[in-house]
Amino acid sequence: MTSTPAAAPLLRLSGLSHSYGSVQALHGIDLDIAENEFFALLGPSGCGKSTLLRSIAGFETPAEGEILLDGAPLTRLPAHRRPVNMMFQSYALFPHLSVEKNVAYGLEAEGTPKAEVRRRVGEALETIGLSGFAKRRPGQLSGGQRQRVALARAIVKRPRLLLLDEPLSALDRKVRSEMQLELKRLQHEVGMTFVVVTHDQEEAMSMADRVAVLNSGRLEQVDTPVGLYSAPRSRFVADFIGSANMLDGTAVSGGIQLESGLVLAVDHALSAGSPATAVIRPEDVVLAAPGAGTLDGTVVDTFFLGGTSTVAIRVAGLSEPLTCTMRAVQVPARGAGVGLILDPAHTVAVADDRGAAPAAQAPVRV
Amino acid sequence: MSAPAALPARFRKARGGPRTDAPARPGLHLRLPFWGAIAFLYLPILVVVAMSFNASSNLFSWSGFSLHWYAEVFRSPDILAALGNTLIVAAAAAVLATALGTLTAVGIHRHTSGGLIRAIAIAPAMLPDLLLAIGLLSLFTLLNFTLGLLSVILAHTVFAMAFVTAIVLARLAQVDPSLEEASRDLGASPGRTLLKVTLPQLGPAIISGALLSFTLSLDEFVIAFFTTSPTVSTLPINIYSMVRFGVSPEINALATMLLGLTVLAVLGTQRLTKIADSL
Repeated sequence: MTSTPAAAPLLRLSGLSHSYGSVQALHGIDLDIAENEFFALLGPSGCGKSTLLRSIAGFETPAEGEILLDGAPLTRLPAHRRPVNMMFQSYALFPHLSVEKNVAYGLEAEGTPKAEVRRRVGEALETIGLSGFAKRRPGQLSGGQRQRVALARAIVKRPRLLLLDEPLSALDRKVRSEMQLELKRLQHEVGMTFVVVTHDQEEAMSMADRVAVLNSGRLEQVDTPVGLYSAPRSRFVADFIGSANMLDGTAVSGGIQLESGLVLAVDHALSAGSPATAVIRPEDVVLAAPGAGTLDGTVVDTFFLGGTSTVAIRVAGLSEPLTCTMRAVQVPARGAGVGLILDPAHTVAVADDRGAAPAAQAPVRV
Repeated sequence: MSAPAALPARFRKARGGPRTDAPARPGLHLRLPFWGAIAFLYLPILVVVAMSFNASSNLFSWSGFSLHWYAEVFRSPDILAALGNTLIVAAAAAVLATALGTLTAVGIHRHTSGGLIRAIAIAPAMLPDLLLAIGLLSLFTLLNFTLGLLSVILAHTVFAMAFVTAIVLARLAQVDPSLEEASRDLGASPGRTLLKVTLPQLGPAIISGALLSFTLSLDEFVIAFFTTSPTVSTLPINIYSMVRFGVSPEINALATMLLGLTVLAVLGTQRLTKIADSL
């Protein structure tokens, strides 16, 4: 990956491939994760992100490739010998043990002296703010509290790497946003490397330092959230991250030619004549008087969202209306004719790989 | 026009209907067959219990309450020896069947995906006792295995183990598979995971399996009859030989005590399962 950090990585995945029967879950994944990074593996369900996480934890043995932690190979080590801990999607708290015993479980398995176990469990429960719940059983806790216990249990052994499998998916909306902040605070506080698996792009974007976007077992792009949003390198990433206006056409020198013949000016390195898509975020579309912009269209709908409004504009020759986000007070009326200014500086060109996708991404086995 | 008007009416009916509310008291046409079935099930047992307290030695005339036949039971060395044998067999078979059945279930759950091995492991619970008895007798004879208490224990272990396997497998299907992964992830070896996480999760199933094995072995006749030696008899075999000369009142007393033991075991299972579940 081109975005590899300069320092020696904490975790290095090289050429990781895995398949379940005839279904290939991972295709030669290369990835470096640096120490103290909050890293997210993002993708739709079935993209291979969970397989990747379970391979790092030691619950799957990848068919090919190597996993290196601090430069040492991890691939052949059984799960219970890896200095890596995981927070499970179901939390997997032991229902027959108290909160305290759950958190102490990993330390006791290691043979840590009793006094030290007690001290560290106490510290961990304090960190997550559940000191008063030490004697309770997991069944007597709320979803958010259970999640905190699962977190305490996973960090108490001070793993080199903490893996979190869909950590917030089982929580309701309000608790989820609290826990997002909490996870980020905790990661700073304990100074640990977090690798989160999620299908929720908002979650990944708001928490992670860097995000790897996976699709059909391949890495689409590894970048910072801002990088992914502002400079997507594939049509899939542009579509998956945030909302975007996608204008499909053909790459020509200095721009992309739409079906209508209009050429949108945008810098790109695509070969001329190949299918390409111009990506522009709704907030980068600027409305102007009819005829004053790059394109002309008619307002078909407006959605008031509090501080901002989203305006849908139908443009002749485009199958989907373009969307534009703007200050609520300036919204034009439905049916009004408007001009749209598409700034080349805010437009990104990506290859339109939809036609080639089935062959390239999932080789058909006969 | 009529459809939208009809819909709310139907909803109202459904909401007020008997199915959604607390169950209403059923009519006589349901209660009569129900109590008839209960009587059919329990009247014979009730007769045995009542007659065990009959002072008369004639089974068909009541001549007052007496514990005489219970005393008789404890005065008979044959019965006491048979009772001792039965308790030894039932306890030993329960321990063996529970240990082996639990391990079999865990192994099947972890390492097999198809249903064949599962079916093979559970089949002895459903095979006719007679088939199992003849098979075991042939096997013991072939191996020159001396028939006696040990052969009965092994024979009972075979079929009780299948019941334990079935019960533990059913429980395993309910346990969150990530619990074992979490244990391994936290550094526990496979053995420690089995002891600290898997077995405690299976506690209720193991207890009911053990008690079921015990009660099944307690009154098992066919297999014990085939696999024991003529000089060693278990309680059911002893009762059978007594019945051949007519039903004597001691048998009623003995049967009542066995009934009591079984009821205690069943109640104990329920209680222990509840305790284990709340753990």
